[in-house]
Amino acid sequence: MVSTTILPLRLENAVVRKRGKLIIDAISLTFEPTGMTIVMGPNGAGKTTLLRLIHGLERPRSGRVSWNCSADDAQSRQAFVFQTPIMMRRSVLDNIAYPLTVRGSSKSEARKQAADWAINVGLGDALQLEAANLSGGERQKLAIARALIGKPDILFLDEPTTNLDGKSTREIEAILQSAHSSGTRMIMTTHDIGQARRLATEVVFLNKGRLCEHSTAEVFFEGPHSDAARAYLNGEILE
Amino acid sequence: MNDIWLGLLNAFKLILSFDADLFEIVLLSLQVTLSAVLIASLIGLPLGALLAVNRFRFRRAAIALLNSLMGLPPVVVGLIVYILFSRSGPLGVFGLLFTPTAMIIAQVIIITPLIASIAHQALRDLWSEYHDLLISLNTSKRQRMMTLIWDSRRSLLTASLAGFGRAIGEVGAIMIVGGNIDHVTRVLTTAIALETGKGDFALALGLGFILIGLAIAVNMAIHALSRTERTGQW
Ligand SMILES: Nc1ncnc2c1ncn2[C@@H]1O[C@H](COP(=O)(O)OP(=O)(O)O)[C@@H](O)[C@H]1O
Ligand SMILES: [Mg+2]
Repeated sequence: MVSTTILPLRLENAVVRKRGKLIIDAISLTFEPTGMTIVMGPNGAGKTTLLRLIHGLERPRSGRVSWNCSADDAQSRQAFVFQTPIMMRRSVLDNIAYPLTVRGSSKSEARKQAADWAINVGLGDALQLEAANLSGGERQKLAIARALIGKPDILFLDEPTTNLDGKSTREIEAILQSAHSSGTRMIMTTHDIGQARRLATEVVFLNKGRLCEHSTAEVFFEGPHSDAARAYLNGEILE
Repeated sequence: MNDIWLGLLNAFKLILSFDADLFEIVLLSLQVTLSAVLIASLIGLPLGALLAVNRFRFRRAAIALLNSLMGLPPVVVGLIVYILFSRSGPLGVFGLLFTPTAMIIAQVIIITPLIASIAHQALRDLWSEYHDLLISLNTSKRQRMMTLIWDSRRSLLTASLAGFGRAIGEVGAIMIVGGNIDHVTRVLTTAIALETGKGDFALALGLGFILIGLAIAVNMAIHALSRTERTGQW
């Protein structure tokens, strides 16, 4: 498993600019092959952009993002769950099966695996429903199942439980915990400090596009090195 | 006003008489138009998808061109096809002038831009919705196009039906390339033009109502088919 992984992932002085605005400001970071990284920071800190950059949805203006393998190989072994899940105009089953059919699986094989995944995430009763009819929590579950069905080495999640009720949040955290313990590397953003405490093995803290802190969860929550992180954890508003 | 009632009456009389000539004309109208719609859809829908998904240098210009080709004057298309396929023309050897095939070719040229353009609008909207997901899943260009086409199939049906509407009522181009030859290339629209020219308004109007009825029937049949798919499968 470890010998074939696409990690570690290295960012070297990665910069993202949009319309002249500096959004990711020369970040250097290494993500080791195992763990659940939680990316935190105030609104507009650049969390979403950092994930999109690593996943290849944004291009660095300068600097590098490099995997432990070719870029093509890396691309096919990651998955991304967007903050607003994208529901294809298909049934729940066919939404989840889609990544497999894209990779050339037969329709029946893809649907068989998709049904298993739907049951795993608690959508077993909704297989034939149009995805557009799902609730917010169910949409996130669909998106997670669709991301995990391709057995990615690494999964990115952008605020997967924002705007969800407690029950859905708990269920989604359980799904993520189980994927993590079966070996999926995860990088996830959240606003929810409680959730970060429950899930993180390490924390990346951003403010205004800069990397303020990259620590183990223990260090981050017990005694963060950076003033910005300490202030954030204390509930202060960062300027 | 009286003429219109007379026309309606004529339409019913014609239908009830099971006139063989009328049947032949209706059948050829359907055959030519449905063939043209099928071929134009096979070209226009992927073209619309290509323009939605691909970023290439002359994309904007291509879309603008496509949109302006929607208004292509049928008579001019007919004339160009006529010249190309006339005996001395570059495609004269095929001997297609004054055949239903030439009529299909002219109609394909007229409605492909229309179908492609309506398809492009629908597919572009869906592409902006799906963009991040399909990029994230590392799909090929071809897969993106196929996915967009499949998932907007209901809007694309509307695009094809718009093409059908334009083609079934078209007279200028097919008159020129088909020649309105009895039992060979006569269709409803060219027959109407002929009867109008002869001054037989009642017959022309009767044929006109049959044409309208045919267009409505085809639209309803296709919508009914697409509805059974929706309720049947999901
Ligand atoms: N397409 C864009 N054009 C200009 N600015 C953008 C664009 N996308 C994001 N930004 C800006 O980049 C900053 C970081 O955005 P984002 O990564 O979404 O932050 P976060 O996810 O931490 O809230 C914000 O100030 C946002 O306004
Ligand atoms: Mg964000």
